[in-house]
Amino acid sequence: MNETCSLQDVTDAARLLGLGMRPKLQPARDLIYADLVRRHAEDDSFRDLVESVAEGLGLTVLAVSTRTGVVLGATDQSVFEYKFDDYSRRVSLGERRGLEKALHGLAHMAVAAMAFPRPDDLADDTYVGRVSVEQADSMVREACRALEEKSAAAEESDDPLEDAPQLERVWRTYLRRPETSRTKDGRLAPSTTRGILTKALRFLADQGFLVKVNDEYGETYRTTPRYQVQVRELAAERAFAEFLELGVVRVTNWSGSLRVAGVSQAEGAPDV
Amino acid sequence: MTPDEGAGWQGRALRDEGLARRLKALACTAPLHDLDARKVRLDWCEASVYQMAEIALQVIDQVTIAMDFDRGADHDDVVKRVLPFIAAQAPDRDNDEYARVAQWVLDNLINVGNAERGFRSLYGTFGESGAYERRVFDFKLIIELVSPEGEIYLRASDEAINVLVGALDTDVESAQIAAEVKLANLVKRGRLSDAQLAAQQARYRTVQYAETLRRKLDATKRDVRSVDWEREVPDLIDEALTHIEERYRYENAILVNITQAREDATDPVHKLRAAELVQIVTECMRRHTQLQARLQEAGTTFRAEQDRQQFSGQVRRATVDLFGHLLAPALSLPVADATRRALAFFSGVAGLALPRSLRLSSLVETLLALPVEQRVMDELLEPDLVPAADPDVFSQEQWMWSDSLLQLDSMPRRLSGLLAEARRVDPDLPRLVALRVLYALSPEIGVAIRQHDPRILLAVDDGTEIDDPEFGGTDLLVETALIKNLPVIQEDVA
Repeated sequence: MNETCSLQDVTDAARLLGLGMRPKLQPARDLIYADLVRRHAEDDSFRDLVESVAEGLGLTVLAVSTRTGVVLGATDQSVFEYKFDDYSRRVSLGERRGLEKALHGLAHMAVAAMAFPRPDDLADDTYVGRVSVEQADSMVREACRALEEKSAAAEESDDPLEDAPQLERVWRTYLRRPETSRTKDGRLAPSTTRGILTKALRFLADQGFLVKVNDEYGETYRTTPRYQVQVRELAAERAFAEFLELGVVRVTNWSGSLRVAGVSQAEGAPDV
Repeated sequence: MTPDEGAGWQGRALRDEGLARRLKALACTAPLHDLDARKVRLDWCEASVYQMAEIALQVIDQVTIAMDFDRGADHDDVVKRVLPFIAAQAPDRDNDEYARVAQWVLDNLINVGNAERGFRSLYGTFGESGAYERRVFDFKLIIELVSPEGEIYLRASDEAINVLVGALDTDVESAQIAAEVKLANLVKRGRLSDAQLAAQQARYRTVQYAETLRRKLDATKRDVRSVDWEREVPDLIDEALTHIEERYRYENAILVNITQAREDATDPVHKLRAAELVQIVTECMRRHTQLQARLQEAGTTFRAEQDRQQFSGQVRRATVDLFGHLLAPALSLPVADATRRALAFFSGVAGLALPRSLRLSSLVETLLALPVEQRVMDELLEPDLVPAADPDVFSQEQWMWSDSLLQLDSMPRRLSGLLAEARRVDPDLPRLVALRVLYALSPEIGVAIRQHDPRILLAVDDGTEIDDPEFGGTDLLVETALIKNLPVIQEDVA
């Protein structure tokens, strides 16, 4: 930055970021916050300053608006990065750790996919998604069944090798997991698919990304604008990049692409 | 078999799907045998009188019969329904025990001890390259599901239904037709007991068929776009309706046939059997009606869902299709690859982890705060406890010291002298030395020879009293004996 900035400006920039770190705070309900967000929109040098401070802290500014507040993403190795091991510290012990990690990670993808079923929904800033434990579980199971049928049609012998459980296809492990299970004290069994999804939803609600609506269909949540930004600007991008690297993603028609979900129909699309 | 023959044989055995299928079918029965093998270990009752495999089949029967479109049997219902059967096996026991046995069998069929609530068996096949490889077959017998009202209910898995009816790995529809043709023939020939068996099989097949259709319909209801409504589903519905029509005609014929048999029969046993058959066939027809009603609803469901889901504006900007680009490909990947992608997504979606810094002023409050009650999700693992390793009583260093002390070069020494010397090094060392010398009173010479030890420590009691502040008894004479080659063992006692 060429212009001189006062210490007060730096303080304000840091304050704005600090407010962004409290996900349940909304600019609409906080005068100072709203003021700073407005300044961020109008004052280019202030915007640069905010971004510099964020960068120094190991953060990326994903969005700043009255609707979303400040949405921040942590860069790799940042002190603010949410480590997966902290997320499921007690859950994923033992030799099947890799599998547990995959299932918990997938649960988050499923929640996002259910919340924003079409690319339009993800792109549309005013869209509010709804997602429930039951829906998300059914959707993943349905996708798994489609893969199962496809595999059966191809007459693949897909039973995993005894000495290479890591090569087993994910859909098989998901289908094998019970969706629920009766426990002695009537609680939700944590290793079931619904247990895993419930954990994901509650976690996202704690992080200020979802808001619980009611207890129907397992538990039902609605999305917040922050979640949409987070999924669109960061999570989907990161995961998508990983898939591109793997070369398994097919380009689909942007206008109505969930159609591609029915796996078998994705065949016609050209490879990336 | 010579290697050449082996290669030829392997070539033939390549990808023998039939063998794999039979091995899998065999595996499905293993949990039932296992019940009988484990019953003797039950500590709450003397269970050898119970035929657990029979009870298990009854349980699977009850679960299967209770399965219809919306839900299946409740845990308690199933237990209640098998009680009479268990009671018949051991009339002198009480009801509590029967219930417990039933619950035990049910729990084992669900396999509640396993995180995946299923069974796992290994089988070998020849892979693409012709190499023998061991694969894992996972299956379930009874599945727990949750109804829209949140109640947990049971359904029998396809594997269980296959085990039960004995027709392993066959096509649902053709098996049903086969079973019913068989039934019609049997009824015609008047062999009613076989006919009953076949009728029951037909009923299970009907249930299984309905289950397959139910899944399709559910998928349609949930997500219109994931199902091909131009061809696939209409075809499916057509097929199903044709199927129902045929079955109606067929079962009506059977019904007439059996009713006739029931009227004609004079033998009361035959009469009873025929009556049971009539019931079973009526039940089958009821299921067809139910299926038909569902099929008719499907079209309406589709149109309603389409209205709800299909109207959308133009794409505003290019974004990732979460389902088609991320979730579906992730599901089709091997676990190891998917984990990395899923974690990449998680790192983006999880938001920030705010490091907590503790201030001195809030320290006391934090320390005194009640522990946060565990949320439902964090599993309490029951750890497999390995018995704690026995800590070494003596350190490595002490062993080395005692080694050097007991390195006696052809001069025998008194124990008291060794102890005194040891005490000067380390106050704990005398105990180790004393123990090693005591052991030397009767050393295992045979072992020493086998290990080709060059020498062995020997202690001899010559009756002298020991004079030591810590130890009492005989002041042993300690010496080293050289071990010479077999067969003569000469002890070199200097």
